[in-house]
Amino acid sequence: MALQAQQQHDDVCVVVPLFNERTVVGDVVRDLRTAFPLVVVVDDGSTDDSAAVARDAGALVVQHPINLGQGAALQTGIEAALRLGARYVVTFDSDGQHQRTDAEAMVERLRADEADVVFGSRFLDSRTRPGLVKRLVLRAAIVYSNLTTGVHLSDTHNGLRALNRRAASALSIRQNRMAHASEIIEQVGHARLRWVEHPVHILYTDYSRSKGQSVFNAVNILTEMIYR
Amino acid sequence: MLIKLLLLVAIAAVFVLGLRAPSGARHLALRRVSVLLAAALAALSVLFPDAWNAIAEFVGVGRGTDLLLYGLIVAFLLYMVTTYRRFRDMEQQITLLARRIAVDETLPRAAAVPPPGPKPAAGGSPAQDTAEGEASGADGR
Repeated sequence: MALQAQQQHDDVCVVVPLFNERTVVGDVVRDLRTAFPLVVVVDDGSTDDSAAVARDAGALVVQHPINLGQGAALQTGIEAALRLGARYVVTFDSDGQHQRTDAEAMVERLRADEADVVFGSRFLDSRTRPGLVKRLVLRAAIVYSNLTTGVHLSDTHNGLRALNRRAASALSIRQNRMAHASEIIEQVGHARLRWVEHPVHILYTDYSRSKGQSVFNAVNILTEMIYR
Repeated sequence: MLIKLLLLVAIAAVFVLGLRAPSGARHLALRRVSVLLAAALAALSVLFPDAWNAIAEFVGVGRGTDLLLYGLIVAFLLYMVTTYRRFRDMEQQITLLARRIAVDETLPRAAAVPPPGPKPAAGGSPAQDTAEGEASGADGR
């Protein structure tokens, strides 16, 4: 069963940006590998042994010599995936908040050629329950992104995306830190790629909450978008 | 008052300059010319200290010293914005460099590029060769 699934998805490369997540990344990679044989973990200069944990779990680890930020790690992962000849690229967070089954369903939609890009959205159904502040910040980000990018999404800051090769080649993320989420959407709009949204479940564990993005990040993102 | 208009225009100019990417030679030339101008102004101020009071009165500021302070603030703003830009550019270059190192280290380019022409099987692992060939094929699409 697992083997069959692997054969099904051997043209997929899952890109996982990683920075100091040693406690969870092993499980994330092992779980991903039950469906996707090729998992590229981009270690963004972690100061702990996250990279070794990911490698032991069966991931192909690409290591930034210095910490550059999540956007930079994603772009590195996408370039590695393209060099490996992947037909589909999935971006997946390393902290365990995404579901492998969501990723599989999103790849299936790409295979059906429904779109070039499938964006995960936590707001298309009621499974995900973010806190009030988080919801307000995300809503503000969504309004801003929809206004500036011309791509109207229900969830603009979701790390789970699936891209076909054409879309992955069209991306060139220059925002090293958090503004990359808006930048990806902008480039998808600019390259006139076909996109759809797919309902995904974000698991807010105590762990992810403790690492979660603070409201200050919204300010940083806005500055990076203006002074790019 | 004239000074209010001047200062607001200067602040707006600083903001807009920050939005635009500094373009190589022209940007560098502008920086150098402004350094020269600043030096000339400083020398002139030493020779003719009363000139600042006259200019200040003309634009509607109390004293020449105040005018200098306003000018300094605007100059500092400009410095801040252009320095931020320069750091962003440098960061971008470092990113490209680090990415190249990271990807090349794990996936040497030679492995991804198809061998020129059909290569006779020279031992090794044929399964791996095929996989690489397919990968490169997809790469060319």
